[in-house]
Amino acid sequence: MSEPILTLVVDGLQVSGLASETILKVARENDIAIPTLCWLEGLSSLGACRLCMVEIEGSPKLHPACVTPIQEGMVVATRSERLHRYRKAIVELLFSERNHICAVCVANGHCELQDLAVQLGVDHIRFPGRSPQLAVDASHARFVLDHNRCVLCMRCVRVCGEIEGAHTWDVKNRGIRSLIVADFETPWGLSETCTGCGKCVQVCPTGALFEKGRPVAETHKKRPFLPYLMANRAREHR
Amino acid sequence: MHRDELRRRAAEHRLHLEGFAHHLLVCSSLGCAHNDALITALRRSVAERGMESRVLIRKTGCMGLCALGPLVAVQPEGWLYQHVRPEDADVVVASLGQQPSEQLLVPPDLPFFARQHKNVLALSGRIDPESLDDYLAAGGYAGLFAALDMRPAEVIRRIQESGLRGRGGAGYPTGLKWATVAKARGARKYIICNADEGDPGAFMDRSILESTPHAVLEGMIIAAYAVGACQGYIYVRAEYPLAVHRLKLAIRQAERHNLLGHAICGLNLDLAIQIRLGAGAFVCGEETALIESVEGRRGIPRPRPPYPAEKGLWGYPTLINNVETYANVGPIIDRGSRWFAALGTEASKGTKVFALTGKIVHTGLIEVPMGTTLREIVFDIGGGIPDGHGFKAVQTGGPSGGCIPAEHLDAPVSYESLSELGSIMGSGGMIVMDDTSSMIDIVKYFIEFCMDESCGKCIPCRVGTAQIHRLLTAFQERTATEADLAQLEMLCDLVKNTSLCGLGQSAPNPVLSTLRYFRQEYLDRISESRQPEDRP
Amino acid sequence: MPTSAPPHPSGENRPWRSVDQAMQRHDYRPDALIETLHAAQDAFGYLDGETLAYIAAKLRLPPAKVFGVATFYNHFSHKPKGEHTLVVCTGTACHVKGTDRVLAWVRDRYGLLPGETTADNRLSLVEVRCVGACALAPVILTDGDVIGKRGVEETTAVIEEWLHHAP
Repeated sequence: MSEPILTLVVDGLQVSGLASETILKVARENDIAIPTLCWLEGLSSLGACRLCMVEIEGSPKLHPACVTPIQEGMVVATRSERLHRYRKAIVELLFSERNHICAVCVANGHCELQDLAVQLGVDHIRFPGRSPQLAVDASHARFVLDHNRCVLCMRCVRVCGEIEGAHTWDVKNRGIRSLIVADFETPWGLSETCTGCGKCVQVCPTGALFEKGRPVAETHKKRPFLPYLMANRAREHR
Repeated sequence: MHRDELRRRAAEHRLHLEGFAHHLLVCSSLGCAHNDALITALRRSVAERGMESRVLIRKTGCMGLCALGPLVAVQPEGWLYQHVRPEDADVVVASLGQQPSEQLLVPPDLPFFARQHKNVLALSGRIDPESLDDYLAAGGYAGLFAALDMRPAEVIRRIQESGLRGRGGAGYPTGLKWATVAKARGARKYIICNADEGDPGAFMDRSILESTPHAVLEGMIIAAYAVGACQGYIYVRAEYPLAVHRLKLAIRQAERHNLLGHAICGLNLDLAIQIRLGAGAFVCGEETALIESVEGRRGIPRPRPPYPAEKGLWGYPTLINNVETYANVGPIIDRGSRWFAALGTEASKGTKVFALTGKIVHTGLIEVPMGTTLREIVFDIGGGIPDGHGFKAVQTGGPSGGCIPAEHLDAPVSYESLSELGSIMGSGGMIVMDDTSSMIDIVKYFIEFCMDESCGKCIPCRVGTAQIHRLLTAFQERTATEADLAQLEMLCDLVKNTSLCGLGQSAPNPVLSTLRYFRQEYLDRISESRQPEDRP
Repeated sequence: MPTSAPPHPSGENRPWRSVDQAMQRHDYRPDALIETLHAAQDAFGYLDGETLAYIAAKLRLPPAKVFGVATFYNHFSHKPKGEHTLVVCTGTACHVKGTDRVLAWVRDRYGLLPGETTADNRLSLVEVRCVGACALAPVILTDGDVIGKRGVEETTAVIEEWLHHAP
């Protein structure tokens, strides 16, 4: 039995997709851009950053596009004054959480958080910065983890567990005290599980994970490598 | 063991109990702690009078009126003795068959008892929680025995017709949940009892587990039969050691008497129940986070759909109900849906257990029909506010609920009316505040709680609650401005509407309800704020 | 990550048996993790790196996962406790009845914040989110004994008395 194809309306546009597909996937295929941060093609979807929230006609709630499957006849709005207001505030909350000073950041110019701020017109942060004193782990020979720039998107945790299979990264504590840690909060360079593959560095949306010794202009990350890697793996396994 | 054998066992135990002229029931719940010495003293006093064959001393669960504990009930006289110390043992025993001791007696017409309607708590404080025979003799497991004569679909229909709604907080129709799990396709199914009572100020579930653990097991066995589950888990807080101990004991007893395990009551029904200890995370009250925790992971909620009813524990259809919901099941099957539906209001049927605490005379555990007014609960049952103070607000629903002011005291307690008032029914915590309580203080307390308990997965809850906490601190310290008030409202709206799970979505409720009813307190704090030039 | 089961870590006199039993009971499945952490904390009073490493190896779980779970839940403690433990309930009813003032008193009197132990290792202060004895608020536990239904001043007097007489 083949999977049913459903039709729906996104931002006034008639589109279609497979029943198992999400609003985000169908929207992207139709060049409708929905802001995302925790989502990355090739990784499991979390629905955590709440930036991809959309409105669905007939539902008073907002729905995260990355984990909401499409339904026949669904009418979706990916942009509205309300959504814009919420998205902007969420990005501002992220800026207030840690120490994001673009001018002195290695990712300046290649940062997804910075891009989101520009896209959403965030020109100042209404919330006072919490300015936590966070460590920088430079114990690894090639990479650095700077907690000050981390947005807790879990991309590194997921790519390490789901793709590399090492599960070097996880989260210590919870809530506002959450911190990405390797092994038993082991300095990265001493981690027994890290394979040094660097996938976490490539998927990190900000300057939290970066390669040592590269000038700012060269810190471009190779984020689209995941779909390639997965397609290749599927072929090799066949 | 087959049902007839268990019924015979119950009849024998009833005869044994009736053989004693007097029963001394001693509360042995957490609320009446340290009663070992009291029981020893009572035993000695009974022995000294040579009354061992006529007086039975039994440890029981909670009698409700914790404020007057330790409590001792005398049956069949129907007396309740308060503040009983070991040195009072002789007075208690001497009164048997005579006049009650005036100095210990709780007035029999106390509205605390007269206004209640005990259904879930009917056996609480009347039987020994550690005795299966006691539960059987009091009519326990009759619901299960009746259910086993019905088809599973018939059991579900009865629960649906009763109108029972989830007692854990959200009030989702229980029968509908069961029907969904029964229909869901899966190689196996699970049932879970949510006993992770997270509301810091509530103890309904602890009390039920400590007083009538078999009632919870009975509800779970009926549920497992109805939905077709063969494995169950009880996820209970590690902070409740006595409840855990009694649950473990009850499970062992049920296993030994073939009420759990293979071929239950000789029928084609298998169910194993295991206990899983929670480890101090409020968010695990959320169904999907609880499932993560049972699976041995960090208690991080998953997006829904898929709902646990379709894809729950290890990806299989899973039924999750809370302790009080399961405890309602046996009586509904035993006494009928109509009996249950006759209690309560149009949309909120049956009774509800509340933990009544704070600035109130009779702190304790109560059960009232849905629709009882807050005024009856606070002033009649609760005996009003102590020390000559006035009533200010009653908080329901804990960190997810709101503060209800005096002008709404005549509102009936039901899922709908409490939610209209900006609060929620919640699991049953009810904290009374008097005119000395600061609303800003209590609200900051709740937001601090939510900030600490946020799992950190989604940004609005993780960072939003921290920013709300900062603003409330400014109000508390009288440094807040009007702009802060506007930002507070903006953030509450954001966190409520964009958070991933119930914890975040309801975290702003205490703030929003006090902004609605006690806005002046916020404004006063602003006007009391020092002028900017005065600040250091 | 080491794949062969390691020998019991140093401290052979530690009661590892209950930890092993917890894992055995669950067939060394990954979902045994939280139950095992409970067993280890019951046995040793707290969870140190050595314990976590042992459990991770035995259950064949990534170290980071074990560490993540052990730090997510409030109930797990990562530092040893002192000779005596004072637990102060900070549930809502207890808060309304003044346990915040009890905590302030402990801070002033013994220089202790929740989660800390005095320098002489005599007293540890633990804050818990509700022990479910709300009707007895304000509630404290002195080495496990529930004390309630007293005002703030009386409660602090009880603490002083208890510590004075404690061995």
